[in-house]
Amino acid sequence: MHLHRRELLATAAWFVAGTAAARAGLISGHLPWQPNAGYPPIAARPGPWLFFSSDEAATVEAIVDRIIPPDPQTAGGKEAGCAVYIDRQLAGPYGKDEGLFRGGPFQPGTKSQGPQSPVTPAELYRKGIAALDKHCRDKFGGKRFADLSETDKDAVLHDLDASQVKFEQADGKVFFDQILKDTQQGFFADPIYGGNKDMVAWKMIGFPGARYNYLDWIERHNERFPLPPVGIVGSINWTPKKS
Amino acid sequence: MARKLPHKDVVIIGLGWTGSILAHELTDEGLDVIAIERGPWRDEATDYPPNYAQDELRYRIRHELFLRPDQNTFTFRNKMNQTALPIRTWGAFMPPNGVGGGGVHWNAETWRFLPSDFVLKTHLTQRYGANFLPEDMTIQDWGITWEDIEPHYDQFEYLTGTCGTAGNLQGKIREGGNPFEGPRSRPYPNPAQKQGFGHTLWAKAAKELGYKPFPQPSGNMSQAYVNPLGVRMGPCTYCGFCEWFGCGNYSKASPQTTILPVLVRKSNFSAYDNCEVTKINLDGSGKRATGVTFVDSQGNESEQTADLVILAGFSIFNVQMLLHSKIGTPYDPVANTGVIGRNFTHQCMSSVDAFFDNKKFNFNPFIASGAIGMCIDDFNGDNIDHGPLGFVGGGYLGQVQTNGRPIETTPVPKGTPRWGAKWKQAVRDNYLSNIKGGSIHGSMYSYRDVYLDLDPTYKDRFGRPMVRMTIDFHDNELKAAAFMANKYAEIVKAMGAHTIEPKPRKGPYDVTTYQTTHLNGGAIMGTDPKTSALNRYLQSWDVPNLFVMGATAFPQNAGYNPTGTVGALAYWSAKAIREQYLKHPGPLVNA
Repeated sequence: MHLHRRELLATAAWFVAGTAAARAGLISGHLPWQPNAGYPPIAARPGPWLFFSSDEAATVEAIVDRIIPPDPQTAGGKEAGCAVYIDRQLAGPYGKDEGLFRGGPFQPGTKSQGPQSPVTPAELYRKGIAALDKHCRDKFGGKRFADLSETDKDAVLHDLDASQVKFEQADGKVFFDQILKDTQQGFFADPIYGGNKDMVAWKMIGFPGARYNYLDWIERHNERFPLPPVGIVGSINWTPKKS
Repeated sequence: MARKLPHKDVVIIGLGWTGSILAHELTDEGLDVIAIERGPWRDEATDYPPNYAQDELRYRIRHELFLRPDQNTFTFRNKMNQTALPIRTWGAFMPPNGVGGGGVHWNAETWRFLPSDFVLKTHLTQRYGANFLPEDMTIQDWGITWEDIEPHYDQFEYLTGTCGTAGNLQGKIREGGNPFEGPRSRPYPNPAQKQGFGHTLWAKAAKELGYKPFPQPSGNMSQAYVNPLGVRMGPCTYCGFCEWFGCGNYSKASPQTTILPVLVRKSNFSAYDNCEVTKINLDGSGKRATGVTFVDSQGNESEQTADLVILAGFSIFNVQMLLHSKIGTPYDPVANTGVIGRNFTHQCMSSVDAFFDNKKFNFNPFIASGAIGMCIDDFNGDNIDHGPLGFVGGGYLGQVQTNGRPIETTPVPKGTPRWGAKWKQAVRDNYLSNIKGGSIHGSMYSYRDVYLDLDPTYKDRFGRPMVRMTIDFHDNELKAAAFMANKYAEIVKAMGAHTIEPKPRKGPYDVTTYQTTHLNGGAIMGTDPKTSALNRYLQSWDVPNLFVMGATAFPQNAGYNPTGTVGALAYWSAKAIREQYLKHPGPLVNA
């Protein structure tokens, strides 16, 4: 895959010291302009799971569908692609905490000092999902989370959220907070990242998306903006209807 | 062994706002200037094309434009008896990276401080008596006055095309502007931006309560503008992706849209990008800078000698550079000696969320600019009598909502579950009819136990000690926050909100919660080398051929965004260098 110049400069250079071909350049006499110097976002591709096993994916899809349940107007987290979003994020830089400071010593601090755990999001999910399913199997006669009734699923998640469940391998509350945040971010992020399929979340709230010009509307006070959302790769209305 | 580069007249560390201004001013003087920038070159439309710049996940959530903590971070603790731990991911503030510095990602809120802010200690002591101030508060006068700085505010506003309504033109108070501002020599170069429904309704309510609302001074263009250097900007389109984002529309004032296109064409200017200065070098006397050492992204080391060194990084990195270069005496809060790291401040932000009947109110929160909004200055600085209040300082209050980006701007009323069907319904019901984070831009004054020094444990990627932040809120700031949050709540009540949630800042200072990127102080300006690192011209007391730019020099923070003052100080310092220093290189003030 071809990497654009700027991607190397802005992202890779400091992480892969010595291997990235980052330029340290002298700028003189003119703007160092070149076409397409920026790099477009890297879209999530459809297809098989990249990070999750199929069992893990089933659990995550079940969780995201309780965090954002389907209703008659708007899809739930599963249909909106939140699990796909999380899968692609965990397979990428986010899953590895890339760019964050990961030097030691690691020691616990106050809440105001922020996260101090060496556990990456990818590790947290791997252990958290396994621990959640084990917890469910122990408590619900061998059933995994995805096989529970909606009521039982919600009860389990409420217990996690309230720090009422103790996992051996992972911190259940930290895991829940992480998947809650990731699910909601995937629901509202641009659809190119795998969630917010067909811009369902944006349509639900009335957010017009990645538009860049509201000059005609800034002074039209207290009027509902009439246009449907657009994403980075365009509008769903531009997709030809299936015949 | 460091590669030695050809000698230059001036080396500038950092090519953000102040580096660009100093480079422009000193090249105009005929000097041969090189700037060395840690991050990449960044341009406008090529880097942030409007077909993919509106990406909340990438820029807002994943921090695309900012320095990676992996490259440089700090340790943090609230109190001196705690162990500081590294900031592993940014939260409370967002250190910029790359050409343009914070001028790329800012909202472009372009304020002036109040005349009394520059003589704060004297002013407050005269009005309330010395005993009125908390004992451990270490506020100081700046060493300059309104008359010194006003022409340079004007200069920066005309460079950047600030849009606003003058409230005090040469001493005449004008309707619709901020009546509390210091007298300005000229009107703003551009009329104020247009305002949305929420901003307008807030201003109407504020006016009915007897306050004096005015449009926030904005560096997002209300119309096309050609600045004095001949660089042209286009009108802002209110896209709602401003702060944390680059503007591909040439509508947000930044070094890229105001100064760099001219600067880089000068034959006596050059710059390195992706090169990080690690040290300012001194001669054997320790009183003269000989230049800088820097590394490129391959780890190759170079030495750039120069007659004059301008330190123009983001505030806290300037302090880091001084500590690592052993310039000036490090501050010791116990002995109360030394100056480098002293009077470090941030901001004490508060907010109020308000929810309205969605059948009657539709705010279209996504239609906004970075510096849109209506504000009042009635509670800022010393604009009210603090005698009965028991605190000093304040802030502007404003309905300055900049966006409706749904990951961060989908608030729900208190009591709503964090997830599930009820959360989803509440998001749907409230998105278009709430005002989130109504801004109370609180000042943060300086204290003896709020400071920067070097960490005893954690090292940066060069193996040097990290800078350690010791910072917490004091009662004075928290009292001001509670007072102003109540005033703000009264305004949104008058707007017709059905649910009002005041969120006055509470302690402790929390490094995970975004406030602003307004870190200040640590190498402050003043009149006495015992209590300041820089003289009134931003010249180092210890090394007279070193000038230090930026909010680093603020003795304490005021209740405003700092960039207008940072830009004005840069012009003030550049003038002193041009008119005084170059004629007689040496200390401009004899201590």
